[in-house]
Amino acid sequence: MRFLFKTDYEDDIKLFPHSGYVVSYGILLALLLIAPYVLSSYLMSQLVFVCIYAIVGVALLILTGFTGQASLGHAAFLAIGAYTAAYLQKYNVPFPVYFLAAGLLTGIIGAMVGFPALRLTGIYLVIATISFALIVEEILARWESVTNGNEGMRVKTLSLLGVAVPRDSPTFYYLCLAVLVLTIVGTLNLLRSPTGRAFVAIRDSETAARSMGVNVALYKVKSFAISAAITGFAGVLFAHKLSFISPEMFTLQLSIEFIIVILIGGTFSLHGAVLGAIFIVMIDPFLTYLKDDMPGIIAGIAATFGASPATAGNIQSNVAAFASLNGLKGAIYGIIIVLFVLFEPLGLYGRWLKIKLFFQLFPLYKRATFKRQKIYVKSERNR
Amino acid sequence: MSYFRAENLSLHFGGLKAVDAVSFAVEKGEILSIIGPNGAGKSSIFNLISRIYRPTSGRIFFEDQDITEEPPYDIAKLGIARTFQNIELFENATVLSNLLVGRHRHSTTQLWQELLFLPSVRANEKVHRRRVEQVIEFLDLEPYRDKLISGLPYGVRKVIELARALCSEPKLILLDEPSSGLNVEETDDMSFWIRDMRSELGVTVLMVEHDMSLVNRVSDRVIALNYGRVLAMGSPAEVQQHPDVVAAYLGA
Repeated sequence: MRFLFKTDYEDDIKLFPHSGYVVSYGILLALLLIAPYVLSSYLMSQLVFVCIYAIVGVALLILTGFTGQASLGHAAFLAIGAYTAAYLQKYNVPFPVYFLAAGLLTGIIGAMVGFPALRLTGIYLVIATISFALIVEEILARWESVTNGNEGMRVKTLSLLGVAVPRDSPTFYYLCLAVLVLTIVGTLNLLRSPTGRAFVAIRDSETAARSMGVNVALYKVKSFAISAAITGFAGVLFAHKLSFISPEMFTLQLSIEFIIVILIGGTFSLHGAVLGAIFIVMIDPFLTYLKDDMPGIIAGIAATFGASPATAGNIQSNVAAFASLNGLKGAIYGIIIVLFVLFEPLGLYGRWLKIKLFFQLFPLYKRATFKRQKIYVKSERNR
Repeated sequence: MSYFRAENLSLHFGGLKAVDAVSFAVEKGEILSIIGPNGAGKSSIFNLISRIYRPTSGRIFFEDQDITEEPPYDIAKLGIARTFQNIELFENATVLSNLLVGRHRHSTTQLWQELLFLPSVRANEKVHRRRVEQVIEFLDLEPYRDKLISGLPYGVRKVIELARALCSEPKLILLDEPSSGLNVEETDDMSFWIRDMRSELGVTVLMVEHDMSLVNRVSDRVIALNYGRVLAMGSPAEVQQHPDVVAAYLGA
């Protein structure tokens, strides 16, 4: 167990509390940098998606995890970023310009969503953001002069300073990684300064935040704007990675996937966004694998237990039919969310902290360490 | 002119007059206590001052400035801090970050500067942290500084609320039942801190309190309320012997 002796205010401010962090994050960064030369092209493509989902995860953490404002509309912000990039690209605007423009435009729209959301809390805010997402989806399908409607838009290969950067090249991966790292560092900076603390204050008690001089309305709008802008940046990368965008890619299911990212990763730390992104990107090939191979495996097991070839074939076709049911994926996502909320509310990162503490304190770890305790009940809240 | 003044302050909820034409003044450097039975309107007066409620009528002046129409977050910027009767702390944050939120009214940095964590932000942070450490030392909170609020006992939370208010370097502090839920020793500590706040930090104190021994020990003047109206005003001894106050507490 390591004890930190703080001798300077700097010790509470710095990003890495001690040298161990510098070493472990340094190794992680080195591994990520050599990844394109080691991993297969399929895994590299998955890694790019992990980066993009993690950027959105960080954005959603700022809004939901730290400011306490739930949103099921982040697919719409991603769509606005993606379509801004695709539209400006038609007029030969260079990448850095439309990248920033997409972030700016999405940020402004995020602030505009934030204003009506000021009076809404909890489930009502969720409904408001869903409606926003549905409106955006409809606009993308109908505003054909700009978005090309349901036919979708083709996104040209990214060109950075005159050099073409194909979507499966290592350079594109480095670009996504750089945006992710910059987003995380910027968010950490925000969290250790007055704005980040005001966000957390609003999450835990609006009344107290207000009486401490926090302009609650202003900071909620700021949180919406920052979160939307970051999602807009991710949208540009998303558009380039897919090289084709259409309205049906940015549905409610995508917003739910983003919620899964932070719920499963852990809503209290930025680590959660990255872990959740890895989970959501990897669950898809895993489900496909199950869908393709499970019917055969189950039939094989049935055969070894003495089922006749006809029965085994029957079982195989029934399981295969079940596995290819429409909407099964959504149901599985739903079950995953419910299980995590019930049994692992701190998410994967919380589990990691528990495992770490178990070894640090061995053999003294007690299960109640992470138990949430309510010592008293707030009886009279000034709402 | 007085330092802080409420003139004919009223708050009506429909037909219920929670606060009914209350006028009082607080002098600079004074400790003024408001007492009264449950439902007398004590906390409502605090909520009117910190603008959680809008007064039905009447005006509030602070340092000769009319603050009746100020938005709630500007009240703190003017130098009026408060604590809450039922603790309102930021539960899932550490004691240190709770106290740093108290410094919010002194933050001058812009969003873009904070995103890049420029040297100016870093310098500001150090100033905030130095002030916070002084308050931590003043209220003996060193053992708890890095702990989460959700794991702390009630008595400590009460002190942290006071600390958060002090971190904003207030000119006037509103204490809503500082001793409720505290044991005898903790109440003793609280009475010392309230007096030290005035003598060492130069804070003017307006407090609502039920514990008469605490009121007697610290206050210069006392206001007794009942049914939203002022019954008596004066030194602690005078108010306690006032026939209307005796009647309100014991029944005539």
